[in-house]
Amino acid sequence: MSGTESVAFDTPQREQRADTLAMWVFIGSEAMLFGGIFLVFLIAHIDSGTAFAAASKHLSLPLGTFNTAVLITSSFTMALAHTLALQRRWRATVWALAATSLLGICFLVVKGIEYSREISEGLAPVLGLQFRYAGPDPKHAEFFFGLYFAMTSLHALHLIGGIIVIAGMIALWRTANPDNRLHRVEAIGLYWHFVDVVWVFMFPVLYLINR
Amino acid sequence: MTNAAMQGTYLGEGSGPRAWLLTTDHKRVAWLYLISLTGFFFLGGAMAVLMRIELATPAGDLVSDDGYNRLFSLHGIIMVWFFLVPSIPATLGNFLLPLMIGARDLAFPRLNLASWYVFIFGSLFALFSVVAGGVDTGWTFYTPLSTLYANGWVSTAAFGVFIVGFSTIMTGINFIVTVHTLRAPGLTWFRLPIFVWTLYATSLVMVLATPVLAASLILIVLERVFGIGIFNPDLGGAPLLFQHLFWFYSHPAVYIMILPGMGVVSEVLPCFSRRPLFGYKAVAISSMAIAVFGFLVWGHHMFVSGQSAYAGVVFSFLSFCVAIPSAIKVFNWSLTLRKGEISFETPMLYALFFLALFTFGGLAGLFLAALAVDVHLHDTYFVIAHFHYIMVGGMVTAYMAGLHFWWPKMTGRMYSETAGRIAATVTFVGFNLTFFPQYMLGFNGMPRRYHTYPPEFQFWHVLSSAGAVVLAVGYLMPLFYLGLSLFRGARAPDNPWHATGLEWQTSSPPPPHNFKTMPVVTRPAYAYDMKGLEHERFSPYREEAAE
Repeated sequence: MSGTESVAFDTPQREQRADTLAMWVFIGSEAMLFGGIFLVFLIAHIDSGTAFAAASKHLSLPLGTFNTAVLITSSFTMALAHTLALQRRWRATVWALAATSLLGICFLVVKGIEYSREISEGLAPVLGLQFRYAGPDPKHAEFFFGLYFAMTSLHALHLIGGIIVIAGMIALWRTANPDNRLHRVEAIGLYWHFVDVVWVFMFPVLYLINR
Repeated sequence: MTNAAMQGTYLGEGSGPRAWLLTTDHKRVAWLYLISLTGFFFLGGAMAVLMRIELATPAGDLVSDDGYNRLFSLHGIIMVWFFLVPSIPATLGNFLLPLMIGARDLAFPRLNLASWYVFIFGSLFALFSVVAGGVDTGWTFYTPLSTLYANGWVSTAAFGVFIVGFSTIMTGINFIVTVHTLRAPGLTWFRLPIFVWTLYATSLVMVLATPVLAASLILIVLERVFGIGIFNPDLGGAPLLFQHLFWFYSHPAVYIMILPGMGVVSEVLPCFSRRPLFGYKAVAISSMAIAVFGFLVWGHHMFVSGQSAYAGVVFSFLSFCVAIPSAIKVFNWSLTLRKGEISFETPMLYALFFLALFTFGGLAGLFLAALAVDVHLHDTYFVIAHFHYIMVGGMVTAYMAGLHFWWPKMTGRMYSETAGRIAATVTFVGFNLTFFPQYMLGFNGMPRRYHTYPPEFQFWHVLSSAGAVVLAVGYLMPLFYLGLSLFRGARAPDNPWHATGLEWQTSSPPPPHNFKTMPVVTRPAYAYDMKGLEHERFSPYREEAAE
């Protein structure tokens, strides 16, 4: 049982297979969560497409595009971390992981700037804030912004979770043996790419689809 | 319980609160779940008894109408989310899955313990909303009843259910990975006991459906707390959307609740008729088929909600399709009994009662799947009777069968067989007396969720209330004789029922890591008919050191 974290496994190799499988199953579960929410958006879009098209023009395309680039770059550094871990270059792996989480934090900061802009423009129909909107069909525009805040904040929560896990991995780095390090990088890598892919769908659906 | 005889077993590994509350042993986590779920079962049951007492007379004399709304809502919320969904998987499944596949533990023992803590954390929210004043939306949290017009603690109750969902997903992931990666050498997929197959199918549904429930409950909480009006037509939203999302989870969830019960019965029936399970592959595959079909029939809860008639036709057809794999199972179980050496020990009695009640409830489901009939029966006691026949007559009866079947393995003690048989029979009689009259009530037009009713319904209501008392006795009895067996029961042999499963090859109760030497499997499951093996007649496995 040496080298495994769970008593159930004989060898680290079998445990790593199990860890990877567990992460895939979890991602399947997460895909259903976001799938449900995307479906809500889709149905709402069918019902009130023109109002949604007008409302989506009030989102900041430059900031959204910048954030998409940031997140895709973070996926690159995460892939780099995995490659480096396979080569057992541990110091470089930690740097790549740190870069990944920094890019994640950068994404959240830019998202925060976007949120504060929208709140100051009166486009946030949450927490009892006054919704001010000059365009046509303000009722359905309000619905659009409600969905926008629900979807992007759910995505941001997943990103925050990923950043916390990476920080924890780096903090525990010295206590982990090489096998544990490798399968942890692999598991968090899968999760990170998934959160990235969710954004890759969210960005066009919210920002681009009506332009 | 800890004494010299328990040395070397998982029960002898310390008995203080630390040894139990910080354990990662799947067998002990199963006990944590068993104790908490028993608490919820009797809490939800007490609410049901109050409702039945209220309904004994046509006038509303025990509780107010608002109080009655809260009673049935909390009864449903507690029984569905805090008892039925975790019931067999988290207790018997947790205890037995590693034993049945020859593993030392589940793949992620710490995740398993964490799932119990998450369950308890979520249940605190739900219990808080019970104490603080309750919820009056029904267990389904339909909008706009749960959003615009709610006057109870909907947010905390929904949040509690949401948290418990995480515990369900954790258990699901753990089971799926365990079945994939920790089967003993020689234990191929088609040698797995059906109980493992059904746990696997259940876990798939848990992992893929629960997040959709999470999404719909998040949206409810967002609407109530943050004012995002996704289900509020005033803000551009659609209330019906909630029903679609909710039933997309909650219909598969009824298969989460019944599939493990089917698995238990598939273990018990062959053992007490000394016959291999008839049509093993058909039963295994139909378990998976039920899990898949379960995702495609949610619209049959919405026949009268204003969904399109064409959607209704499709959902009706698909709902009839679910009956096929279910019927395959019933016929295979019945044929297993044919020419068997049947004996009527307590677990077998429960399993046979399951067979009768599940068939009866399932046939009523066909009435409800038919569009025109459903318009008449929707939201009447016919629906209540139908799902109680499946969920209580089916699932809880199977749970009791499993509990009595594996009790000697879990505790190392035998219970009083006479008391067990009496309790099983009392439960069966009490159950039918409670719920058969509700078919009649519903067919005659008594709607659900009313605390007063016209006097012509009183005959059936009185029968049903009387039955509830008998049923309560049937459920309270095991609490006493099983509890007593922990202290006074005779020592259980390793394999008291001469069953073939791998879990019977280890000692009763099992050692901390389940097997002293890791088993190697050489035969199919349920090899009750193997000839020429007198010295190991019911032992189709040999034990070998792991390589």
